[in-house]
Amino acid sequence: MDAITVAFAALYQFGDAFAFLVLSACGLAVIFGMMGVINLAHGEFIMCGAYVTVSGANAGLPLPLAILLGALVSAAVGALVERLVVRHLYERPLDTIVATWGLSLIATQGTLIVLGSTMGGIGTPLGSFQIGGYSYSVYRLVLFVMAIAVLAGLYALFNWTRFGVMARATIQVPHMAAALGVDTRSVYSLTFALGAGLAGLTGGLYAPTMTLVPTMGTTFIMEAFVTVVVGGADVFLGTAPAAVILAIVKSAMTSWQGQLFGQIGLLLAVIVVIRVLPKGISGFLLRERT
Amino acid sequence: MNALSRFFARLEGPQTIGRGPVFWIGFLIVLAGACSYPMFSDGYTVGNTVYFFTWVFMALGLSLIWGYGGSLSFGQTAFFGIAGYSYGVLTLNFGAAYGFTLAAVVIALVIAALAALLLGYFLFFGRISGVFLGIVTLSVTLVLERFMAQTAGPEWAIGKARLNGFNGMSNMPPLTIPWPGGDIILFPDVQLYYVVLGLLVLVYLGLRILVNSSFGNVLVAIRENPERAEMLGYDIRKYQLGAFVIGAVLAGLSGVLYTSWGQYITPSSMGMTAAALPIVWVAVGGRSDLTATLIGTLVVLSGFQALTIHGAQYALVVMGFLLVLTVLLAPRGIILAAADLLGRLGKSKRGDA
Repeated sequence: MDAITVAFAALYQFGDAFAFLVLSACGLAVIFGMMGVINLAHGEFIMCGAYVTVSGANAGLPLPLAILLGALVSAAVGALVERLVVRHLYERPLDTIVATWGLSLIATQGTLIVLGSTMGGIGTPLGSFQIGGYSYSVYRLVLFVMAIAVLAGLYALFNWTRFGVMARATIQVPHMAAALGVDTRSVYSLTFALGAGLAGLTGGLYAPTMTLVPTMGTTFIMEAFVTVVVGGADVFLGTAPAAVILAIVKSAMTSWQGQLFGQIGLLLAVIVVIRVLPKGISGFLLRERT
Repeated sequence: MNALSRFFARLEGPQTIGRGPVFWIGFLIVLAGACSYPMFSDGYTVGNTVYFFTWVFMALGLSLIWGYGGSLSFGQTAFFGIAGYSYGVLTLNFGAAYGFTLAAVVIALVIAALAALLLGYFLFFGRISGVFLGIVTLSVTLVLERFMAQTAGPEWAIGKARLNGFNGMSNMPPLTIPWPGGDIILFPDVQLYYVVLGLLVLVYLGLRILVNSSFGNVLVAIRENPERAEMLGYDIRKYQLGAFVIGAVLAGLSGVLYTSWGQYITPSSMGMTAAALPIVWVAVGGRSDLTATLIGTLVVLSGFQALTIHGAQYALVVMGFLLVLTVLLAPRGIILAAADLLGRLGKSKRGDA
């Protein structure tokens, strides 16, 4: 009985860390995998999703709809940002990082000015259950399921839809795809909006579990960076396995020494991984296959 | 005379704008103005000016790494913080007697250099690409900030120095120069101004020599095309690591000077916002030239200071817009774009005549 309790606790911790890493990173990874661009305003898209979700829930929307609204608003903002700024910088990926950092400054401080330093949150729904004297939040299990669902959804999107085919063609050889009639510009915009929308979804999903402050994006961004760096350019061969490995590191370090050491463990893991696998796990796997 | 002209020749080269007697006479006039400035001002204002100067070292270091070397390092403030905290811990433990603060500066810079060497080894010898370099260095900075922010408890102390978590360390002694007949304590006033100004001139001229040397030329070659530089037989990892460590030491110098200037250092000096500001200064002025970076940093900082009076949040929004617009409209930086324009106008005029 005791062994089961301990095993479940470890599994729960792992699932929690895994969900956090996958959900933090997927929006960033989709954009990076498509365009080789890191969106430093990623955390602010998460913040946007969270704020919209909480406003929606406070206005009486049921939580799932509010989360969906948050994701859609983030995607719309993402499309706008792509149109105004990112589109002009596709030739210069390093400049995109700098420009999106500028956007991140504007978004964080703008939110602080307009909405104040904090916003009333909503409680974590669905209550908790008990196993062996410890109580666990049901909502955390929902988050884990959602992380899996997001991965499955992305897999279906990229493999079974027309958009997915065009997107994968654009990733492989952009000018060839363009020559075959793919409108690569709109593929890029849609992908950027998709990444922003996924960030918004993450914000919406985590909104009930945390306090809403304009700088909440930084809570996610470090984990997102680390997962994308370890994973490399491919969402399925990179982000997912990277999240598994990093979640083990993180949950082990967290239960040993606390939250901060979980993050320090992640950081050390990433520094060692880039020394060994500079192109991330997906680079390693793809080289093995060819 | 010959030695002097040889010295000037090493200050000029393809990697820096500004050459010839006109530029250097202008430089001397500006320097003379900077030297005589305290005579026309009061101690408080001069002390505030020192605050601007302390940041320029970090900006020049970032210009070397990013502008000349082409490696995107977002972690400059990590070394700023490491050196600043090291200075605080050392001086709080050993005091300021016998000129120890100066030794503390050197030790703090060595610690920053070692940290940069260790991190840089993994980054550059792992050959990670430009985009990843930026986000890994930024992650290091963010984790360091969070680590320092949670050191509030009494168990987080090094010797006599409490780290004090989010509130940061304070009350460390300012820089003190041992002097017969009474130590000179460098409070933010005229004396500190001259010391920092002297350091700034030294670092500026030293970096000019560095970037126009063969090291600097190789660094620029790496920025333009890493594969080509490698094919020409240069071990690019060593050059990048070298530039990274020098940049980190300069950021550390900023950190030490800042800590001794205000006698405090907090974790937020390493946070996301703090890390963005050096990027703004360097990008807006013109990252690929030392002079443009120097001028740009001072101009943007004074603009930021002026806006902060109306509210720091607004000032940061303006910084964000400045950064986005610079990247979109003048990717090489506003000062360099203006210099290009002037140069073209001058040339076409001469062509007409």
